[in-house]
Amino acid sequence: MMTKPLLDVRDLRVTFRIHREGAMPWSAPLPLHAVGGVDFTLNPGETLGVVGESGCGKSTLARALIGLVPAEGQAEWIDGRDLIGLSPRQMMKYRSDIQMVFQDPLASLNPRMTVGQIIAEPLRTHHPGLKSAEVKDRVKAIMEKVGLLPNQINRYPHEFSGGQCQRIGIARALIVEPKLIICDEPVSALDVSIQAQVINLLIRLQKELGLALVFIAHDLSVVKHISDRVMVLYLGKVMEIGSSADLFADPQHPYTQALLSAVPVPDPAHDLAGSVVPLSGDLPSPMNPPSGCVFRTRCPRAQAACAEQVPALLGQDHRTACHFPGPLTDAEIARARNTEAA
Amino acid sequence: MVIQQDKMQSLATRMSQDEVKGRSPWADARKRFLRNKAAMTGLIILIGVALFALLGNQFAQWSNEDLDFTVMGQVATMGMPSFENGHYFGTDDLGRDLFARTVQGTQISLMVGIVGAAIAVIVGTLYGATAGYVGGRTDQIMMRAVDILMSIPYMFVLILLLVMFGRSIAMLFLGIGLISWLDMSRIVRGQTLSLKNREFIEAARATGVPSWKIIIRHIVPNLLGLVAVYATLLVPLMILTESFISFLGLGVQEPLTSWGALISEGAGTMNYGTLWQLAFPLFFFVITLFGFFFVGDGLRDALDPKDR
Repeated sequence: MMTKPLLDVRDLRVTFRIHREGAMPWSAPLPLHAVGGVDFTLNPGETLGVVGESGCGKSTLARALIGLVPAEGQAEWIDGRDLIGLSPRQMMKYRSDIQMVFQDPLASLNPRMTVGQIIAEPLRTHHPGLKSAEVKDRVKAIMEKVGLLPNQINRYPHEFSGGQCQRIGIARALIVEPKLIICDEPVSALDVSIQAQVINLLIRLQKELGLALVFIAHDLSVVKHISDRVMVLYLGKVMEIGSSADLFADPQHPYTQALLSAVPVPDPAHDLAGSVVPLSGDLPSPMNPPSGCVFRTRCPRAQAACAEQVPALLGQDHRTACHFPGPLTDAEIARARNTEAA
Repeated sequence: MVIQQDKMQSLATRMSQDEVKGRSPWADARKRFLRNKAAMTGLIILIGVALFALLGNQFAQWSNEDLDFTVMGQVATMGMPSFENGHYFGTDDLGRDLFARTVQGTQISLMVGIVGAAIAVIVGTLYGATAGYVGGRTDQIMMRAVDILMSIPYMFVLILLLVMFGRSIAMLFLGIGLISWLDMSRIVRGQTLSLKNREFIEAARATGVPSWKIIIRHIVPNLLGLVAVYATLLVPLMILTESFISFLGLGVQEPLTSWGALISEGAGTMNYGTLWQLAFPLFFFVITLFGFFFVGDGLRDALDPKDR
């Protein structure tokens, strides 16, 4: 008997309507499928890492889950309620359960508000009846928890460093005692030593409070460190999803293998050029995605069948959306390198 | 010793201190503003003019309505500025005390400027912030309405209004108020559009803060710098508009007066050797405009240090 997942996402789609430049105002807008049918489950207290290159729909997925962009499909919360398409009033109940931590620490804090006001805002929104003194006590308690000095409560964001600002952002997310925090590249704007501090803080808080995390990043080593399971996105579709150990040790999808091969290894003797699987070309436009498997235009293993049928996400725990999964052979890597050179 | 006892002590007290006071962006701006000499000069001039408008009547020896029959008919020789007969600024053509008249004109002109700018600030900010934040079709409709209102030659409409409904100070306020907020709403909308996609707005939306609270709590405070600058530059424009209308003879009505009306009267009698009738109202008019422009520039520098 499996535990009921905290969040069960099925076929989540986000489509933006883009008006062409210079087109007539009444002409039909073109659809842009930023997220094109994503399935995953997230268990309570678990961390799901989401990786993929820029523009693959990671952030849009996060914004769709939290209701900042309209989405279609299904996202079932643990109590059986579908979060997609709820009215703002109905969604209000769940907003305190799902919080978000943003990428740019300073930009995510209102420069005209004190830290105390910023952290208290979710609390005041969801519990308007609380007395000021009580709010202040809770703000101070949470500041202590994330490693900020509580006596800094009246300071303004510009008086803090980037890492401290991110701690403020985390405190703001934690104050309403959420069950799920969506971290949208929370450390990519910080320098490396601070990254480690913030990540360890997140891990510690997760253990203490039993939080589930959706951790979006493009830094694979960070994702490996923090995640229980990892989901690889490409052009708004899931390529591969599996437990962190499994996926990093035995990647099945050619795209995952290419991503992993590009991770820098801190060893001067390591021959990066000899190990990396090159991907030719750029990310195709999401307004005009390739038929069949979206990755086929850059895949070293692409065959005629890949253009015809969309591969299903198959497998039990480690699932892959590929017609021909499995490790890339040396011959395939060599061929990919030749196309790249040509 | 590597560790200095007193330094560690002061650090420890600092860490355990009760609630360090933060330095808000406003406090920073105030400091920069106070250091700006031109702006401070402007501010002092404005305070002086405001005091003149408020307290000037206490010093006047004549009421602004009384005619001085001893100088009537020989204003050019008898009505000069003098301390002896109590006409500090001389008299106008009819023998009324120009000092009292200038005080009255200053009051009216400043009021027109400040009320016009206040309408612009309140209506323009809320209108522009709403249009920008809501976006989409609402934004389109609201801003097209502004475009249409802007395309009407306002001076023409204002003159028509004053001719049709009679010249009254209320009509003048209405007319100036109607046009003053248009530019402001455009500027505010543009700024709101750039603020709207900042992450702290997204964070507030994700938490479920209602839209009107986001506008009031997050958008408007971040706009206030720009609004304050524009409002201080708007006051002299309003004064100029009113003066122009009064100069045409359509503005405030006797026995009320304004700088524009006084300058107009003074200009009319320039050739008869009564230059003071032009000089005194003009002096206050010019220094006030200078004052406002200096303060506006100073505010812009103080609130927006990145732009320099």
